[in-house]
Amino acid sequence: MAGFILIVVAALFFPGVILRTKSIASGRKGPGIFQPWKDLSLLLRKGSVFSDTTGLIFKIAPSITLATVIGAMLFLPFAQQKALLSFEGDFIMFAYLLALGKFFTIIAALDTGSSFEGMGASREALFSMLVEPAFFILMATFAMFTGYTSFSVIFNHFFITGNDYVLIYSIIGAYLLVQITMIENSRLPVDDPKTHLELTMIHEVMILDYSGFDKALIHIAGYLKFAIYGSLIYNLVVPAGWNVILQIGLFFAVQVLFAGVIGFTESFRARNKMNKNPKFILTLSSIALIAFMVILILTEKLA
Amino acid sequence: MSSNRYKVVRNGSSPAGFSEIPVLGYELFHEEVTSMLADERYHCLNYSCFRSGEGFRFICVIADDGSGEIRILSHIKKDDGTPLRSLTASCYAMHIFEREIYENHGVLFDDHPWLKPVRYPHDRADRLSVMDNYPFYEMDSEELHEVGVGPIHAGVIEPGHFRFICNGERVLHLEIQLGYQHRGIEKLFVSAGDGLHRALLSENIAGDSAVAHGLAHAQLLESLAGLEPPVSLQIERCIALELERIGVHIGDTAALCGDVAYQLGQVACEALRTMVINTTQFWCGNRFGKGLIRPGGSNFPLTEESAAEILRVLEEVDRRYANVTDCIYSLPSVLGRFEDIGIVTRKQATSIGAVGMAARTCGVPRDIRATHPFQYYRKMEINPVMQETGDVLARGMLRALEVRESVKIIRRLIENWRNCAKETGRPQYDLRFRPDCLAVSVTEGWRGEICHVAVTDNDGKLVMYKIKDPSMHNWMALALAVRNQEISDFPVCNKSFNLSYCGNDL
Repeated sequence: MAGFILIVVAALFFPGVILRTKSIASGRKGPGIFQPWKDLSLLLRKGSVFSDTTGLIFKIAPSITLATVIGAMLFLPFAQQKALLSFEGDFIMFAYLLALGKFFTIIAALDTGSSFEGMGASREALFSMLVEPAFFILMATFAMFTGYTSFSVIFNHFFITGNDYVLIYSIIGAYLLVQITMIENSRLPVDDPKTHLELTMIHEVMILDYSGFDKALIHIAGYLKFAIYGSLIYNLVVPAGWNVILQIGLFFAVQVLFAGVIGFTESFRARNKMNKNPKFILTLSSIALIAFMVILILTEKLA
Repeated sequence: MSSNRYKVVRNGSSPAGFSEIPVLGYELFHEEVTSMLADERYHCLNYSCFRSGEGFRFICVIADDGSGEIRILSHIKKDDGTPLRSLTASCYAMHIFEREIYENHGVLFDDHPWLKPVRYPHDRADRLSVMDNYPFYEMDSEELHEVGVGPIHAGVIEPGHFRFICNGERVLHLEIQLGYQHRGIEKLFVSAGDGLHRALLSENIAGDSAVAHGLAHAQLLESLAGLEPPVSLQIERCIALELERIGVHIGDTAALCGDVAYQLGQVACEALRTMVINTTQFWCGNRFGKGLIRPGGSNFPLTEESAAEILRVLEEVDRRYANVTDCIYSLPSVLGRFEDIGIVTRKQATSIGAVGMAARTCGVPRDIRATHPFQYYRKMEINPVMQETGDVLARGMLRALEVRESVKIIRRLIENWRNCAKETGRPQYDLRFRPDCLAVSVTEGWRGEICHVAVTDNDGKLVMYKIKDPSMHNWMALALAVRNQEISDFPVCNKSFNLSYCGNDL
C-alpha cells in the first residue's frame, strides 16, 4: 500500500520538477512545481470533443490506459512491505499491463483515420517493440541474480545477497531504467514532448485528437508512469532493509533527482534523427544482454 | 553597351523609356531568353505582362551577374487565346513566372510541364479553378500514402498546404500549394492614393523583410523620379538592411535549434535576436524597421547616439553569437540532425534559379550586393559568404558566417557615415514619375534578392507594379530538398530555408 501511495504523491511533483529544471537550465524562472496539475484540473472540468470518424475504441482508450497504469502500480513494493499484488513472474504482468495501455492508445490513434496519427502510431509501435527486450533482459538478470521472479521478493533480496558486484548491477540497472523511462514516456532523445511539429511527433501526435477530460486522463497516466519507473529505480538502488522514515525521504530524493536528470538531459542535447532511434534503443538491449551474460558466468550457470 | 534585342539598365539607375525597349517576335524572344539563361551567370529577375492596347506586353528582366547589367526584353501578344511556346520546357527557372502569367491573364503555355496557378486570387483568369477542386499530384500504389499538412499549422506560422507522397517514413514527392495569404498587393500599389500609402504597403509585403522590401520600393520610386539619395541616407539604409539580416539570421538559428529540440541553442539565440531587433527599435521605434525606409528621405535619420548604441550592441552580439554557434555546430547530437539532411545540389539550384541564401549554400555566388550593387554598397566591396554542401548544416553555417560579415559591414558603414555630410532629408511622398518608362530595383534582403518592377503610363502614373520575393524561386528548392528524406526531417528543412508565404502569395 505504501508503494502505491508514494507513487501517487511522486507523480504530483514529477512533471513540475522536469519543467522547472528545464526552465532553470535555459535561464528562465519557470512555472511552479504544480503547474502541470493546475493545467490538468482545468482540463478535467472540460468536456471532450470527438471527431466524426472516431468510434468506441477512441472513447474508451484513455480510460483503459489509465486503468492499466494504475494496475501496474499495484505490483510495485516499497521497502520491506510487499506490493498489493505479488506473485511469481509478476514483472511480466507488469510489463504487459503497460503494453496493453499502449496498445489501446495506438489503435485509438488509428481510429481517427488521420495520416499524422497513423504515422505516430507506427513509430510508437516500433519503438515499444524494440525497447521490450531491454526491460525483460534486465529483469531476467535480476531474477537470475536473486533467484526469484517477483518484484517484491527480488528487491527484498537484491542488496542482501552479499555479492560485491551488486553496486555495479544497480548502476547498470538504474541507467537502463532511466533510458527505458525516457523512451516509454516519449522524452528526448527519441521523442520531443515540447514540439508543435506534427511530422516529427511520436506520442504527442497520437493524442492530438483528444481534448478535455480524456486528454487529462492520458496526461495523468503519463505522470504516473514516470513515478512508476522512478520507484523501480529507487528499489534498485536503496536496500529494502533500511529505516522506513529514511526510506521515504530517500524515495522522494530519488524521484526528484530522476526528474532533474531527465530535465537536464533534455536541456543540453538535440533529439535523435528518426531513423537513428531503432539503433539507439537496441543499444539498451545489448547493454542489458551483456549484464545478463556476466551474471550467467558469475553465478556459474554457464559452464 | 546595348544590343538591338534588349535594353540595358543598371540596378537603381534611371528608368528605361518604353520607346527604347525593343519589341521582339516571340520566336526571337524565346531564343534570346533561352540562350541567355543557359549560362549560369544570367538569371531571370522577373517575367510578367500587362495589358496594353489590344494585347499583352510581356517584360522579361534578366540579370547578368558577370557585368552587373540588367537586360530588359519584351514581346507583345494579341489577346486571342492562342498558347505561347513555354520557356519552362528549356529553362525550369521560368516555371513560376509562366504560372503567374497564366493565373493573372489566362495566357496559356503550350508545353509547360505543370501549368497551375500560383495562387487563387478573386480576380483570377480561370474562375472555375478553385482550391477545393485542385488536382494534387498523385501516385497510384498500394504501398504509398499521402500526408497533407496545413494550411492551418500547429505553430505560429503562415498558412500553406504541403502534400507529401511517402513510402513509409521516406518522402518521394512534395507538392507545395500556397496562395492563402493573397492580398492583391501588386494591384494596391497601382491604385494607392499617395506615396505614404505605397511605402506602408511595401513594408508589409513580407513582414520579416520590411526593410528589404521597403528599400526596393523606395529605390524604385526614386529611380522613376530621377532622384539620387544623399550619401548619408544611402548608408543609413544599408545599416538598416544589415541589421535586419543579423536579426533574422539569429532568430532562424534559434528556430533551427528548437526544431531539433536543442533548448540551449534556442534560448541563447532568442535572447540575442531580441537585443538586435530592440536596437532597431531604439533607432526607429519599430523592432522590424517598419517606418524606417521611406522614398526620398527618412523620418528617423541616424543620430550619433543610435550609431553608438548599434555599435555597442553588435559588439556584444557578435561575441556571444560566435560562442553560441561554435557550441551548436560542434554538438554531435545537433550535427547528426543537420549534416547531409535536405541536400540541394548545385545543379538543382541553378536549374530552378535559386537565389540568395539558398543559392549561396550550394556554391552558386548570387548576392545582389556584390553583383548589382545598390545604395552605398556601390562604394563597398562585398564578399558573398559561400557554402558548398547545400544541406541544413550549410544553411545554418551560412547564417552564422553572414552575421559576422554583416557586423563588419555595419562597422565600416558607420565609420563612413561619421565622415560624410548629414544630408538626410524628410521623406517625399509626392514624387513625380517619368512618363512611359520602366524601372527595375533589386535589393539583397536576408533571404535573397528582392526585385520590384514598375511601369508608368504617359501621364507618369503607375500602370504595373511587380514584386518578386526570393521565396518565389526558392520554394521549389525546398520541394527538391526533402525528396528521399525522412518525413520527420521536413520541419527542419523547411525552417532552414525559412521562406516567406506572404512574399510568395502577395
